[in-house]
Amino acid sequence: MNDEPTLRAGEKPSAYVSAVEEHTRMAPAVKEAGTSASSRTAVAELVSKGLASRWLGTGAAVAALALPLVSSSTYVIQIAVDALIFVMLAVGLNIVVGYCGLLDLGYAAFFAIGAYTSGLLSTRFEWPLIATLPVVVIAAIVGGLLIGGPTLRLRSDYLAIVTLGFGEIIRITANNLDFTGGPNGLYGIPDFGDFGLRADIALYWITAVVVIAAVLFSSRLGRGRIGRAWRFVREDEDAAEAMGIHTYRVKFAAYIAGAVFGGIAGVLFAAHQTAISPPSFNFLWSALILMAVVLGGMASTPGVVVGALVISLLPELLRGAENWRYLIFGLLLIVVMVFRPQGLLPARTGEPGRRGHRAQEGAS
Amino acid sequence: MNHLQLVLSGLFVGSFYALVALGYSMVYGIIKLLNFAHGDLYMLGAFAGFTVLSVGAGALGGGFIALIFIMIVAMIATGGFGMLLERVAYRPLRSAPRLSVLITAVGASFALEYGIAVAFGPTPEVYPIGVQDGTLHIANAQITYAQLAMMAIAVVLMVALDTIVRKTRSGRAMRAISQDPKACLLMGVNVDRVISRTFFIGSALAGAAGVMAGAYYGKIDFLMGFIIGLKAFTAAVIGGIGNLRGAVLGAIVLGLLESFGGAYLGSEWRDVFAFGFLILFLTVRPTGLLGERVTERV
Repeated sequence: MNDEPTLRAGEKPSAYVSAVEEHTRMAPAVKEAGTSASSRTAVAELVSKGLASRWLGTGAAVAALALPLVSSSTYVIQIAVDALIFVMLAVGLNIVVGYCGLLDLGYAAFFAIGAYTSGLLSTRFEWPLIATLPVVVIAAIVGGLLIGGPTLRLRSDYLAIVTLGFGEIIRITANNLDFTGGPNGLYGIPDFGDFGLRADIALYWITAVVVIAAVLFSSRLGRGRIGRAWRFVREDEDAAEAMGIHTYRVKFAAYIAGAVFGGIAGVLFAAHQTAISPPSFNFLWSALILMAVVLGGMASTPGVVVGALVISLLPELLRGAENWRYLIFGLLLIVVMVFRPQGLLPARTGEPGRRGHRAQEGAS
Repeated sequence: MNHLQLVLSGLFVGSFYALVALGYSMVYGIIKLLNFAHGDLYMLGAFAGFTVLSVGAGALGGGFIALIFIMIVAMIATGGFGMLLERVAYRPLRSAPRLSVLITAVGASFALEYGIAVAFGPTPEVYPIGVQDGTLHIANAQITYAQLAMMAIAVVLMVALDTIVRKTRSGRAMRAISQDPKACLLMGVNVDRVISRTFFIGSALAGAAGVMAGAYYGKIDFLMGFIIGLKAFTAAVIGGIGNLRGAVLGAIVLGLLESFGGAYLGSEWRDVFAFGFLILFLTVRPTGLLGERVTERV
């Protein structure tokens, strides 16, 4: 009755095997759940899956949307928008680091590209903010092509340090050019319009909708065909290539997807802050986003969202202890990697050991 | 535009880069790890020297003897810290996926930077030793004796390193591990100890560069290692990462490039120029000037 005999707890099959297993296992599980209770494993799995993704996700989304009804103080809305934008960044970086295993240390660069592109178009050329979105997406893709093109063919370490350099290039360029406002940056960036609501609440709802869509999109992306390909490449690039995956193209897809997420988050940031300047996009940002992804659990959407919320809301609680906070974050990164590399809320998919264990429990 | 002056200042900056790039390249050559914290070890060296100076300011006096003494203390301190870092953060992950080690390295870099910020305060510290004295005029260019002396120290350290790696027993072990760590283990080489030693030497060189930078520029702060770490990596890539003579060559090339690029494009574009060059170099010749093509075996 158990249709997953190949896996036992503790056994670690290769990434390729686990992803294929996962695929074949999903189909019968969904079919049987409606018709009979013959496979309690499948039901249990389905329930836990539903709890993990659907209801939890919906609940979080509803809570996020309902926040202004609960408390509409300017302060709460302000930090909530910040936190949501941070969630979007973390989810975008999760595609690159979590799914595909490419270390991007200059993610703030795409954030900056998005913020500056929309800021420039809306202040210098008086475009409405929404109209800058396609240009932002194109700019983010071009940035991704410029950096990914040469480096994704090389070993993954090179990507890490080149993205670090790229982050600096973007920041210094924005700082040096007169066109981008130099060290003062851009100010007077409009928002999306207030739709008859209080301006900050309107922006909150727009941000919430965009971010919820982004979270949903990235988690679907991770579960689809390309998501499986990403996980192959992460686990064993050579094996993936041998199995016919075009690793360069797949890595490129992840990198570009991450870039677009970063760019759109940049638009939200520009609208929220109304003023942007180069220091907003330094390495600290990239590092904090990376921490959210790593601490929450790489490749796990709920984990990353929680990680991002924790990292972005913590400073509100720990005001004035900035340097201590960063010191602890740095140490935490080491501790997490050494003792719990899967993060606080690890991804469910791609963990055959645990799944096999649960299946045996259910069958007994 | 005084070209000779540009060459001289390029060589001077290049010798700093070389000291840091050597450690980067050594560690990469042996365990294929990009030690992001390497630039911060340079910063740590500067602060170690600063501490020694503040504690023993009166007893040491000024001048070069004091500088060399401080440098030795700082080298031992950073070298020891590099070993500790390897033991605590990198060794447990030696068989883990590369991504984990890279993230740990980022964490180590972060912890070091903000650890120093907590201990010494985030504002820049003034280095209590300065080396300002005469200048030497060569044709229409000039170089200070301090610059010359620092370049000399750098050259001495590089020659010493080259001798260690090429002539001694433990240097042979290092080269062997960089070729095949498993075979070394089977041949009775104490791999852990040799890796530890590599970290010590690499970190000590970065610490020496840190003290020199502190004494020369007169100011240190907890983020000073960030840019220089990136630059040293660029230098190591230009020369061919893992190749020690290549790292020195790359550092000199980068120093000259920056000095000329800064002169022609404006100094605010110097860093952009350097990193742009890194990306270009990786596109055109990722193995570097002296690196040979390595086919990765599965």
